[in-house]
Amino acid sequence: MDSVAQRLSAVGSANALELRGVTRLFGALAALVDVSLTVRPGERRAVLGSNGAGKTTLFNCITGDFPPSSGTIRFFGEDVTAFPPQERIRRGLRRTYQISALFPRLSVLDNVYLACRGVSRGRYSFIQPRRSDALVHAAENLVQAVHLTAIKDRFVAELAYGQQRQLEIALALAGAPRLILFDEPAAGLSPTERAELIEILSSLPAYIGYIIIEHDMDVALRVVERITMMHNGRIFKEGAPQEIEADPEVQELYLGGGHA
Amino acid sequence: MALAESRARGASSAASQLPWLQNLNPAAVLVAVVVLIMPAIASSFVLTQIFGWAYMLGTIALSLMFLAGYGGMVSLAQVTVAGFAGYVVAILGVNGVPGGRGWPWWLAVLAALILSTVVGAIVGALAVRTEGIYTIMITLAIAAAFYYFTNENYAIFNGHTGIDGIPTPVFLGVDWHAPIPFYYLTLFVAVLCWLAVSYVSRAPFGLALQGIRDNPRRMAALGFNVNAHRVAAYVFAALIAALGGILLVWGYGEIAPGAVSVSAAIDILVIAVVGGIGNPIGPFIGALIYVVLKTFALDVLVAFGLDGNRFRLLIGLGFLAIVFFSPDGVIGLWARWRNRLQADSAPPQKAGDGHG
Repeated sequence: MDSVAQRLSAVGSANALELRGVTRLFGALAALVDVSLTVRPGERRAVLGSNGAGKTTLFNCITGDFPPSSGTIRFFGEDVTAFPPQERIRRGLRRTYQISALFPRLSVLDNVYLACRGVSRGRYSFIQPRRSDALVHAAENLVQAVHLTAIKDRFVAELAYGQQRQLEIALALAGAPRLILFDEPAAGLSPTERAELIEILSSLPAYIGYIIIEHDMDVALRVVERITMMHNGRIFKEGAPQEIEADPEVQELYLGGGHA
Repeated sequence: MALAESRARGASSAASQLPWLQNLNPAAVLVAVVVLIMPAIASSFVLTQIFGWAYMLGTIALSLMFLAGYGGMVSLAQVTVAGFAGYVVAILGVNGVPGGRGWPWWLAVLAALILSTVVGAIVGALAVRTEGIYTIMITLAIAAAFYYFTNENYAIFNGHTGIDGIPTPVFLGVDWHAPIPFYYLTLFVAVLCWLAVSYVSRAPFGLALQGIRDNPRRMAALGFNVNAHRVAAYVFAALIAALGGILLVWGYGEIAPGAVSVSAAIDILVIAVVGGIGNPIGPFIGALIYVVLKTFALDVLVAFGLDGNRFRLLIGLGFLAIVFFSPDGVIGLWARWRNRLQADSAPPQKAGDGHG
């Protein structure tokens, strides 16, 4: 395993994420075909495409939930293709889920505390944390950052949908994230909640890059600097938001298709 | 959700310590006083055959509660682990079978605890590859296999006869076989295990286990090694079950394959579910109900002109009633009753305060 120093020195030179020829097969179905993608450190990118375009499969390959059938994945210069999810998470990769994946029978603060604990030592500790514990503070700060302090002791099962989506983001921010994968964070949110989401995403520190899957173009265009278009498991266009919006092929396939 | 209610009231979180001290309620104090002064008011029969027995079975059921309530893993092999520990103490320590090893009691206990954690780790390693009903099936298979092995193996386990003549040790100048000392010994172990489980449930290890129960995939995505964590939970539960098993061997002075039979495994499951797997006190309540039924149902049935051997029917009906009316067991009924009481007496502006 690389030392922290080695990894940090690699940050300057390497891309945050580099996919080379990633293919993922589910039996005869090719969910991803020869996908190559480069994301710079701190870059904010949207992945767009219709249902079944392979966006979520792409996320699953990057996080290691489903290893790719072929191809390589580099995270800040390090080849993580064969790493289990937790090893990638410990290196600063995070994701949120399309359908909230929280711990309903634990409190809001406990949910975030687990996220903080997951990327630090003492995961097996039998000693209860004190109020002054650094990780408890970190968890409280994250709960604050996603505007949930007032309900931090409530059970997640009791939370409203929009609050659960905000908690999802807090979990992804725990530890020292370097690249976050947001899977449709705005899905099902009210206009007010969307505005709050945009504010939370825009106020993330500049060194945290993210890739966002988003159907809502208004949200996507406001929070990213680059867009990747996917179709049938392949990447077919990449560029700045204005270029993508103006592209006739994209308009025909996606924007004109009544999906927006 | 008994656990949910009690924690919501204390507004406890990762940060708060010793929730059982903050939530000190009159009922708990009353129970503590009663169990402590029990030897002054109860006969030796009630001390050992009712309460002592309930503490021991409750301790074994507690190990199942830890796995099932916090880890979402229903293991039928907890009796197997407890019985294994009992067998180790019986085989290595002083016993009435020719060729006994005669180790001092503390060395035999130490060996039993260490070997039980190994067995717990093996059971866990096999069981965590499965989920839900398949966990039950694989642990049931392990329990059945161990039962038949002890039944057939004479070289180590002395087969169907089992091992008898095991003395309860004498240490600190106390003969722990006498009813009152044995009562306090079982009470001490039960309270120790209960405190340990309550404490660990709020420590990172226990919180993470509950996270794994709620959403294993997300826990992996947060950096936890889910299967390793589950195996560690089996090891911790094995230690608790082993303590209960060792006490049972001392209490009876013998151990035979019946102690690790499938029906014994199901009894422990019934105890944990009837008491409630949402709170560490549940298994002890379940054990007390089971022991009282098993001891007195016979007399009651006979008094009503029924076959005394039907006491299992009573337990079965009670089990059905509990899972039907209160999935959280007796402790869940209690929590609901208390909440209704609080809701009725609470001033309107304070209603719902505890839940934010």
